[in-house]
Amino acid sequence: MKLLLTFSRKGRADPGREPVIARVVKETGVLINVEKANIDSMAGEVLIDVPDSSADQIRRRLEDLGVSVRVMENAIARDEEECVDCGACISICPQEVFSFDAEWGLSVRAERCVLCGKCIRACPHGALSQQG
Amino acid sequence: MAKSLDLINARIRDGSARVVTADEMPAIVDELGEEGALAEVDVVTTGTFGAMCSTGAFFNFGHADPPIRMERVWLNDVEAYAGIAAVDAYLGATQEAVSRDQVYGGAHVLEELVAGGTVELRATSHGTDCYPRRSITTELLLEDMNQAIMVNPRNSYQCYNAASNATDRTLNTYMGTLLPQCGNVSYSGAGTLSPLVNDPGFRVIGSGVPIFLAGAEGIIVGEGTQHSAGGGFGTLMVTGDMKQMRQEFLRAAVMNGYGVTMYVGVGVPIPVLDTGIVRSTAVRDEDILTEIIDYGTPRRDRPSLARVSYADLKSGSVEIGGETVRTSSLSSYRRARAVATELKDWIERGKMELALPTRRIDPAKRAKPMRETAVTPRVRDIMNRQVISITEDEEIRVAAKRLLKDETNHLPVLDGNGTLVGIITTYDVSKAVVTDGRLRQVKDIMTRNVIKTTPDEPVDVAAQKLEQNNISALPVVDATNRVVGILSAIDLGKLFGGRRRR
Repeated sequence: MKLLLTFSRKGRADPGREPVIARVVKETGVLINVEKANIDSMAGEVLIDVPDSSADQIRRRLEDLGVSVRVMENAIARDEEECVDCGACISICPQEVFSFDAEWGLSVRAERCVLCGKCIRACPHGALSQQG
Repeated sequence: MAKSLDLINARIRDGSARVVTADEMPAIVDELGEEGALAEVDVVTTGTFGAMCSTGAFFNFGHADPPIRMERVWLNDVEAYAGIAAVDAYLGATQEAVSRDQVYGGAHVLEELVAGGTVELRATSHGTDCYPRRSITTELLLEDMNQAIMVNPRNSYQCYNAASNATDRTLNTYMGTLLPQCGNVSYSGAGTLSPLVNDPGFRVIGSGVPIFLAGAEGIIVGEGTQHSAGGGFGTLMVTGDMKQMRQEFLRAAVMNGYGVTMYVGVGVPIPVLDTGIVRSTAVRDEDILTEIIDYGTPRRDRPSLARVSYADLKSGSVEIGGETVRTSSLSSYRRARAVATELKDWIERGKMELALPTRRIDPAKRAKPMRETAVTPRVRDIMNRQVISITEDEEIRVAAKRLLKDETNHLPVLDGNGTLVGIITTYDVSKAVVTDGRLRQVKDIMTRNVIKTTPDEPVDVAAQKLEQNNISALPVVDATNRVVGILSAIDLGKLFGGRRRR
């Protein structure tokens, strides 16, 4: 399951300066895969992938440490009215989120998405958007 | 035994015609043989649904009171061509609105109208004795127009090149997003279902033939613009009444970084008159070949990276130079099938009868490139031939002296054989000085991945390289990578001062 972590870098309780992810891995023994990180002066955002069975535990522990956690269930949303099943998104996605089904309809495995945003710009029909 | 069109139409009228979609035909011919398929099948329907920039519509808005002779016309801020009679205009799909935040164009207006939406018409005129009015603004629905006649000068390409990109940066093209270093391939076209692929000899596809056009019963006008069937790139000019069209088969689209285009559904019914037509409609994806073209070459004639079939492209990946590259379709095969299936339904229900061409389309014609009377300036016309260079083993100090002495900011770096291996700039030298002085030789600080040009490259292409890479000079090399000149941003000024060599 993918969790989007937000670190506020304002004020003293700044978890962005602490190795919180490493600490959580060490404490829990759960392997966390960091898929994307954007850090700027005011806030940091990290997308992590954790086993579904440990997601709740990891989420609670990170929240204790001052990190905001959002569960990304359908990171990429497809507007079925706009989508024409062309497939322009298929080859530009680094995560192989998109593929054709047997009837040449587009199928979306949103759980693989790492929010890179490439498909959103590439979709000729503006049918893809990011959750939230 | 050949069949007549009259017989086929009689069967359509009494509901006994056997109609199949083009993707079903190969298996039928395998099973029944050509003669058997000829006896069995009366009509093969084709379909395609993809980006067709060459799309637009003529409108007649009706006369206002007092009347206006429209000289400039905008529909939702998208300008239409009004250089025709008073209240007529042609709106092209790719024309873009100037005043909107989002990319919005003629295609969006056409889709909006077909979807039943309101569109704002704005027009201006200088006023005449017979048409005194000077401006008008009104809101119109499709049903308010006297005519909305789609006329698409170039639709339904017989075949189209697939696209890839061998350069180091992402390209945004009309063929979609092309990742660097041949990271992906994009293609267009419905393969076995494509109309012209099923009649490459243009035996039954020609002027006056009824078709499916975006949900309406349209008609083929004749050969499309840039028709080049002799090279496998035939096109059709088609027309149809927008008032019968459906949004499902007419969709505005935006190619990121390129602009607006329109996805159009086109289907042509093919009467199965003889075994020649049985054979041409039994075409498979495996038989339809196309080239994967390197869109990284910014020229008219781009190199081919590989030759593949539509079966390869549709499989999801192809091989380029021994590597597996994923493919993306820009056109929708699913909706192409929906076009062919609906057309089949029309004919089975007797809604559409077939006709033979009233005038044939030339299957051997080839499109010509543009005749250019003004010579496009080339790099050799403006480049600086006095090249100051340096060899990679020299000390940085020597490079600094040379830059100062010759008042240049760029030194191409050569190896012992005189071929280009790098470039250094005054910035590189300054940077070397302020670091701790460990770096001694030119080769320690030079940029090895040199952006360069050739003498016969058009200046426009070289200028784009300067801009895209945010640099101010390009070494000019010959075929053996020897430096024959240097092109700096300053040289571009020669184009305006009439100082270029003739």
